[in-house]
Amino acid sequence: MKLDDLQKIAEHEVDFQRAYKHRINVCCSSGCVPFGALKVLKAFQEAVREFGVEKECKVARTGCVGTCSVGPAVIIDPGDYLYQSVTPEKVREIVRDHIVLGLPVKDMLYHGEAFFKKQRRLVLRNAGKIDPSRIEDYIAMGGYSAIGKCLATMTPQGVIYEVSRSGLRGRGGAGFPTGQKWSLVARTHTTPKYIVANLDEGDPGVFANRTLAEADPHAIIEGMLIAAYAVGAEKGYIYIRAEYPLAIQTLQKAIAQAKGMSLLGDNVLETGFKFDLELRFGAGAFVAGEETAILASVEGRRAMPRPRPPYPANSGLWGKPTLIQNVETLANIPVIIQNGGEWFSKVGTAKCSGTKCFSLTGQINNPGLIEVPMGITLREVVYDIGGGMQDNRPFKAVLVGGPSGGCLPEALLDLPIDYDSLTKVGAIMGSGGIVVIDDQSCMVDTAKFFTDFCVEESCGKCVPCRAGLVKIKETFENITQGTGKLDDIAALDKAGQYIKEASLCGLGQTAPNPVLTTLRYFRDEYVEHIVEKKCRAGKCFRNLKKEEDDAQ
Amino acid sequence: MTVGTVKLKIDNVEVAVPEGTTILEAAKSNGIDIPTLCNLEGLSGYGGCRLCMVEIHGSPKLFAACVTPVGMGMEVITQSDKLREYRKMAIQFILSERTHICAVCVANNACELQKLANDLGVDHVMFEREWTRLPVDSTHDFLVLDRNRCILCTRCLRVCDEIEGVHTLDLKMRGKDAQVIIDLDEDWANSSSCTSCRKCAKVCPVGAIYVESVALEETKDKGIAEFVLSRRNRK
Repeated sequence: MKLDDLQKIAEHEVDFQRAYKHRINVCCSSGCVPFGALKVLKAFQEAVREFGVEKECKVARTGCVGTCSVGPAVIIDPGDYLYQSVTPEKVREIVRDHIVLGLPVKDMLYHGEAFFKKQRRLVLRNAGKIDPSRIEDYIAMGGYSAIGKCLATMTPQGVIYEVSRSGLRGRGGAGFPTGQKWSLVARTHTTPKYIVANLDEGDPGVFANRTLAEADPHAIIEGMLIAAYAVGAEKGYIYIRAEYPLAIQTLQKAIAQAKGMSLLGDNVLETGFKFDLELRFGAGAFVAGEETAILASVEGRRAMPRPRPPYPANSGLWGKPTLIQNVETLANIPVIIQNGGEWFSKVGTAKCSGTKCFSLTGQINNPGLIEVPMGITLREVVYDIGGGMQDNRPFKAVLVGGPSGGCLPEALLDLPIDYDSLTKVGAIMGSGGIVVIDDQSCMVDTAKFFTDFCVEESCGKCVPCRAGLVKIKETFENITQGTGKLDDIAALDKAGQYIKEASLCGLGQTAPNPVLTTLRYFRDEYVEHIVEKKCRAGKCFRNLKKEEDDAQ
Repeated sequence: MTVGTVKLKIDNVEVAVPEGTTILEAAKSNGIDIPTLCNLEGLSGYGGCRLCMVEIHGSPKLFAACVTPVGMGMEVITQSDKLREYRKMAIQFILSERTHICAVCVANNACELQKLANDLGVDHVMFEREWTRLPVDSTHDFLVLDRNRCILCTRCLRVCDEIEGVHTLDLKMRGKDAQVIIDLDEDWANSSSCTSCRKCAKVCPVGAIYVESVALEETKDKGIAEFVLSRRNRK
C-alpha cells in the first residue's frame, strides 16, 4: 500500500460513514463493560433492526468517553448527545425517540457539560469517537497521514526538530524534553536501535494509558512509527500489563491490521522504511514503570532498575540504544506532525506545552478520565471538571501524582498544573492520578495507605526504599494505633528525606512524597494523633477503641 | 582505542584516573576510603546499599560512587555531615531489617557491616527491629545460608553468575520479602548447578553464607582453587 492508497481509504471511509444519518457510539472500555456495555451494544444493534433504521444508523463499539461514573455511556452523532447509565431496557426508547422521531430523550442525557468544557482533547482526540477495532475508522480521522507526511516530505532530523519545537515533555512523569531524548538516540551510531512504549500502569486509581490503548491503539502505533523513523529504530516493543486484557486484545488486533496494510513491517507504505512491533507483557509490578526496570523485563529478566548512566539512549535493550517513551507521549506525536511543533507549543503553558491526561477519582461528583491543557489550576479540575465535592462535603486535600504523589491542601488549589510547579510543592505529575479527598479521610491514614502500597511494590534492591519504607510504615502503625511518640514526627521527616534522596530509582525517590507533604501541610493532624489520640475523621485508633469497649 | 585520562578533585585532592573509572575506584586508588557493602572489585556494579553516596559539586543530587563514572573537572565530596548522617541511617535500616546479633554470628569481628557500624558510630537503632525468623538452609555438605543475616547485597549472586558462571543463587519475592534462593528455590543439597566452589561464602560481607565449622578466616582463604577444580570436574 502506498501513501496515495491511504488517502483513498480515508476518502472512501468518510463517504461510507456519511451514508449513515446517525452514528451511535457505545463506550465498551474496561470502565463501562462491567456495567453491561456489551449488552447495551447488542440491544442497540437489535433495536435499529427492529425499527428498520439499520441503513441510516451505524452502531459502533468505541473506547472511553471519559465520564466513567455514569457508564455505560453512549454518544449519538450528529449533535454529540451523551446518554448516561444506559441499560438494555432503555435502548428501545432511545432509538424510537431519538433516531426515529428525532426527539432526544432529555432525562437520560448527561448534564455535566462542565466536565467537557475545560478539557482539551489531543491525545484522546479519537477516544469514544472511533471503533478501535477498525483501522479504517482511524484512517478516516486522518490517521497514519502523519507518518505518511514524515516519510514523504521530512528527514529524520526534520521530525526531531518539529518535536523539539513543540516543547513536548515526557508524559511518563519525569517530564524530560522529548525532542532532546530523540536526538540523543538518533545521534548514537550503534545499531540496531529499539523503541519501547511504556504501557505499565501500576498505581491504584490510574487508568489513562489503559484507556488510551483501548480507545485509540493506532495513535500509539503511529507515534511509535514516527519515533522509529526519527531515531532510526527498526524494532519496537509495547510493554503492557498482562492484567489489561481488553487493551492487549485491542492492540494485538491493531498491530495485525497495520501489518496487513503494510503500515508496519519491512516496507512501510512502500518507502523502504522498516519497522516492526511486538507486545511484551508485564507480570504487574509498580517498579516496572521505571525505564531501566522495563528494559530488564522486556529482556525477560526480573524487573529491577539499575543505576544510570548508562542511559537507555546509549545502552538500553541488550546494550543497544533504546528510546523509551510513555504511550501518552507517543500519542501526541501524530498531532504535532500534522499541525506543526509551533502550533502544539501554544497549547498549555510556555514552559509546559500540550495537555495531560488525568485519572480523576475520589470524593467528587464527576470522576473519570480527563485531558486538560497544562497550566489549568487544581481548583478548575476539582470544581469545574470534577463537579465539586460529593454530597457537598468540605474539601480537604488533593493527591496529585498517584501513590507517590503529594497531598496538597486547599491553600494550593489555585496552583497551575505543570511539572515544575507541582515539584515545588512536593507533588509530582507522575502517571497522572488525581485523588480528591474530603473531610471524612484522615491524612495520617492516607499517607499510611500509600506508604503501604510502596512497601509492597518496592523491588528490594536498594536499602532506603526496601528497609526505610518498612520503618516508615511501622511508625505510621504506631501513630494510628495510639502508641506514637512526638519524636516520630522528626523521625518520619528524616527518614522520608533520606529515602527520597538516596534511593536508586524513581519509586524510592518519590515514595515518601505523601508522607513529606502531609507532614508539611497537615502536621497538626499528626500532633493530634500522637498527643490527644484523636483522629478527626474517625479512621484511626479502631483497635484502641475496641479494647476500651471490650474492657467496659 | 586509547583510554584518556580524567582529572578531577576528590575531597579537594586533585587526582587523575583513566577514563571510565568509577568515583569509588578513583577514590580508592588515591587512598580515599568510601564505605560500601554491596560493591566488590571484580563484580559488576550494583548500587544497592547506597552507602557510597557522594556529593558532586554543582548538583543537588547524591550519586552512588560505585556506579558513577568520573567526569572531567568533577569535584567530588565524600565526607560531609549529611553524608555521614545518611550512611548511619543506611546502617540503621540494615540492622533493623533482620536479626543481626553479633554475639551469635559466625562473622563476629570479621563482618563488614559490624565494622562499618563501628566506624560510623552507630550506637543505637532509631527504629524498631524486625524479629521474624526466616528459613536457614543447612542441607549442603558444608555451605550454610542463613537468610536472617542476609543484607541482600547480592555479592553472592553476582560472583556465582559472573565469576563461577553457574548462576545457582538468585532472589525471590520483592521488597522486604526478598530472599536469596538456591536454583529454583530448592534445598541446597538438591542443587544441580552448584559447584560448591565457596565463592559465595568468600564474598559474603556478613555471616549469611558461610562454611560450616570452619573459621571465617579460613573460608576467606584463597587456597581452595584445587578443591573447586575437583568439584567442577565431577560427573
